Amino acid sequence: MAEKTLRKGNEALAEGAIRAGCRFFAGYPITPQNEVPEYMAAHMADAGGAFIQAESEIAAINMVYGSAATGTRAMTSSSSPGVSLKQEGISYLASADLPCLIVNMMRGGPGLGNIAGAQGDYFQATRGGGNGDYHIFVLAPNSVEELGNFPKLAYELSEKYRIPAMILADGILGQMMESMSFNFDPIDPKTLGKFDWALDIHKNGAPKNKVFSYKGDDLSQDVWSRAKRYGLVERNEVRFEERNAEDCDVLLVAYGLSSRACLEALTKAKDKGLKVGLLRPITLWPFPYKRLNELASKVKAVLTVEQSLGQLVQDVRLAVNGKAPVYLNAYPAGDIPSGESILTAAASALKGEGEGLFDLQKYSEGFEYKGDRK
Amino acid sequence: MYQGIRIAGFGGQGVVSAGILLAQAGVEEKKNASWLPSYGPEMRGGTANCSVVVTDGEVFTPIVSVPDTVIIMNEPSLPKFEPLLKKDGLMIINSSLINSRPQRTDIKVVCVPCNEIAEKIGSPRTANLVALGAFCKLTGAVEVEGIVHAMKKVFKRAKPEMLELNKKALQAGFDYVK
Repeated sequence: MAEKTLRKGNEALAEGAIRAGCRFFAGYPITPQNEVPEYMAAHMADAGGAFIQAESEIAAINMVYGSAATGTRAMTSSSSPGVSLKQEGISYLASADLPCLIVNMMRGGPGLGNIAGAQGDYFQATRGGGNGDYHIFVLAPNSVEELGNFPKLAYELSEKYRIPAMILADGILGQMMESMSFNFDPIDPKTLGKFDWALDIHKNGAPKNKVFSYKGDDLSQDVWSRAKRYGLVERNEVRFEERNAEDCDVLLVAYGLSSRACLEALTKAKDKGLKVGLLRPITLWPFPYKRLNELASKVKAVLTVEQSLGQLVQDVRLAVNGKAPVYLNAYPAGDIPSGESILTAAASALKGEGEGLFDLQKYSEGFEYKGDRK
Repeated sequence: MYQGIRIAGFGGQGVVSAGILLAQAGVEEKKNASWLPSYGPEMRGGTANCSVVVTDGEVFTPIVSVPDTVIIMNEPSLPKFEPLLKKDGLMIINSSLINSRPQRTDIKVVCVPCNEIAEKIGSPRTANLVALGAFCKLTGAVEVEGIVHAMKKVFKRAKPEMLELNKKALQAGFDYVK
């Protein structure tokens, strides 16, 4: 294995993308992902690619559309409000069946929010923040090492199925430094071969391809044919990690940074007389519904730990489907879970009530609100 | 071994780079390490701090909310980080700049006059290295040698004589504590 070096998350991601053959990057600055465009600006030209600081997030995602249409490994990156602006472009990329990489280093929200790490864009990422019936791959790294190695995975999945891919991380993963190594050798995209659908220069009998996002009368056929690929993805591309998941009373479900706090909870659980396990979805779409459903019949309670106010828990409930009680331990707006706070919630989950469990109805009990228009 | 550390002080005291050095030293010694700065709307002259984890095993969360060790370089950081430190945890205090002492009695407190020692060596800017030297001696989490190796990677453009001063400061901090 390659020697480990200390790298910042954002820089590992940018370097990982270049190593994975990314040769076009367009972006617009926003904290906490500014080291990504900074790194691209410094290194992309040396790799023989192009870096563009676009005039806006919307311009950047549409530049990615253009670049991806030529079969180039293209990428844009931003943080929550910036990714909101890109949603129209993402929907168009999905409808044009173009592979590409979009990165969201989430921050607190809604609106401008704050620049703390958060996970409030789960719905936006997994439910398709843009319009129409579509999915994109959503990969959720939980370490600097995964940030560096996931761009390659994202491009491979995205190109195999012609579905855009997103890496969904957060400000803390982006800003932290950690020991990491790349698990692959740098890829020269010239060695990858051409797509039969990509746009190219019309000479020497090259096919005259067209890339459309609007297909007129064929829309229905188009959506149905895409659905077949979505089915394949949900069958074959689900990725997750398990720790003690088969041998626990409380199964934690968490992705990204909050799953790291769960690891701490797992090691400290014994001292508190608790048996705690973890299922960490690595792909948020496709979500590990099937595996979570199997595990749910082996545990007393399922506890979702998320840095948002009840988003991931909806997929957890769909997966568990009544086989076990599902509880939520929520840390919205930049709040941070710790091993300690998760274990408190896990103990409550076994009793079915208590500190650390968030329930919207109980939370608002007795609360009265009248509009204040005079 | 799992050491979660918070280092805090004025912006400019080198607390953030001391943290990077510590994490890099961990990597030099084939351990796992993480570093996270406090970032956000900090102001110049205000306090800065960072979280560092060094471990033989796996780094859990990079946010050290209950530190095993805190290194306090200025007065305003003392009341801020004293409550976080875990029971029986270690507090290293820069006694050159801090007159107060912690209220808690369930922690281990070691006072090191970092600035005075650094000035004696010839550069007040090396006070952060003095603190790191003391940390090495008290915890054994990383070796002085590890930090010396780390310096070459972290301070790539530093002049050799500055590296030499840093090394001296590190050793002086190590030698100061029993």
